Amino acid sequence: MVKIESITKIFDPGTTTEKLAIDNISLSLDAGEFVTIIGGNGAGKSTLLNCIAGVYELDAGRIEIGGADMTFWPEYKRSRHIGRVFQDPLQGTAFDMTIEENLAIAYAKGKPQGLRRGITKTDMQLFRERLTLLDLGLEDRMKQKVGTLSGGQRQALTLLMATMVEPQLLLLDEHTASLDPGMAKQVLFLTRELVEKQHLCTLMVTHNMKDALEYGSRTIMMHEGRIIMDIKGQDRQNMTVELLVKQFGSRSGMELDNDRLLLI
Amino acid sequence: MSFMAFQGSIELGIIYAIMALGVFLSFRTLNFPDLTVDGSFVTGAAFSAIFCVGGYPELGLAVALLAGGLAGCVTALMHTKLEIQPLLAGILVMLGLYSVNLKIMGTRANIPLINKTTVFSLLDGTPLEEYAQLLIPLAILIILLLLLFLFLKTKFGFALRATGDNAQMVRALGVNTDTTILVGMALSNALVALAGALLAQYQSFTDIGMGIGMVVIGLASVIIGEVVFGTRSLMRRLVAVTLGAMLYRMIIAVALEMGMPATDLKLVSATLVALALAMPVIRKKAGYYKRKMTAQGFSQGGK
Repeated sequence: MVKIESITKIFDPGTTTEKLAIDNISLSLDAGEFVTIIGGNGAGKSTLLNCIAGVYELDAGRIEIGGADMTFWPEYKRSRHIGRVFQDPLQGTAFDMTIEENLAIAYAKGKPQGLRRGITKTDMQLFRERLTLLDLGLEDRMKQKVGTLSGGQRQALTLLMATMVEPQLLLLDEHTASLDPGMAKQVLFLTRELVEKQHLCTLMVTHNMKDALEYGSRTIMMHEGRIIMDIKGQDRQNMTVELLVKQFGSRSGMELDNDRLLLI
Repeated sequence: MSFMAFQGSIELGIIYAIMALGVFLSFRTLNFPDLTVDGSFVTGAAFSAIFCVGGYPELGLAVALLAGGLAGCVTALMHTKLEIQPLLAGILVMLGLYSVNLKIMGTRANIPLINKTTVFSLLDGTPLEEYAQLLIPLAILIILLLLLFLFLKTKFGFALRATGDNAQMVRALGVNTDTTILVGMALSNALVALAGALLAQYQSFTDIGMGIGMVVIGLASVIIGEVVFGTRSLMRRLVAVTLGAMLYRMIIAVALEMGMPATDLKLVSATLVALALAMPVIRKKAGYYKRKMTAQGFSQGGK
């Protein structure tokens, strides 16, 4: 479903601040596979997601999603096949537009934009149904501006928007990191529900070790732009947070230094 | 204010409202501080004048619309494809347009249109003849306002509005923001050039310097409209911008009547806009200063 072959990303090449952010990573995802990604500060987790999404141009390697070689596609074109939710709740929505207008933009993804009416009656019906699934009461606030929503409500909405038109790959970049613990849990539940229902191929970066093992079907650990651990199935079921931290120490030769890392 | 001055400022206000809608589109909708306006306004006026001299005033308006759109495209492409900052891209195109405008005008700095047929002659011989200068721009304004509203409510319009809010999100939802910026800037400058074209025929001359400070006047209209008439819904915002433009003209008319020399106009405009932009900060600082004073007052009183 998703094939990443030997990709490399170097920031500021040829300068004193040159940094090898992604070091020859290869990764294959089967259809419906839900992968969690963990790692220390500057391990390249977000960069990996941004390389896949097309925010950064690659220095080497190729990316194939759903059988199409997207290596040289611009970000907006790849986005028609990729859903994304960012860490910052402000990044996923247009604050000065209403909830239904935001959903309409998401729903128009991959369709010809044109000068047809932005929202039809049938669209509204659909948006209402989808919003009801969130269980946040947003279906009664569809004409309100997104700027009036809380961070958690926005992330839930962004998640809905990212999956509105079924993507071939869902990228979640620490999308619960800036939420309070209760809301984070709720958004994670919602994530699992949406991913399982649509059987979505998903990459989720998280700073919560427990969540990394609890959600999804496969866990990847990154360090200095490389994948240093990749577990699934029985190995993953036997894994605990303590073991994970120990594994990190022995594989990277360093202590885990993610200052936002949650071990419990 | 005399009735003549009042009517005059309404008529001018309507023409400037068309430009203000353009400025609203770039500054507010796209969040693109576009200085092309000072140039594209004159481009519109220049085409309007030469077509008027040739006897085709209506065609002049149409050509102005197209030329303005083209100028907007150049600025947009300089920003999106060559990654030049919006402000600088606008300034460069504005500067370049000065020469282009002179070329259009046949290297004359001024084209008088006295006794030429203009679009305002369209109602000659009808009972409405006397009000042509009010009614024709008003009809154009209302049509443009409705078209703009409908456009911003289409699927593409949504993407365009979201580009100014959050370009990253628009790209993440599969829309090329280079395209939305291009279309938005083209429309914006087309409106501005049309306003210039109308003004030229209204005042019966085009001057190479008539565009100076247009962007500030447009911005003043947008801000006054927002403050006085509100921003609740899209329609309200658009109407607010047009009313803001008329209110601005009236403020200027009153100031002129009270004896302000016309040469001070630009200084007053600049000051008005600077104050309006600074208002949130001034309010915040005033609140902080007040708290500080009260706190110090208390501590000294306790000694």
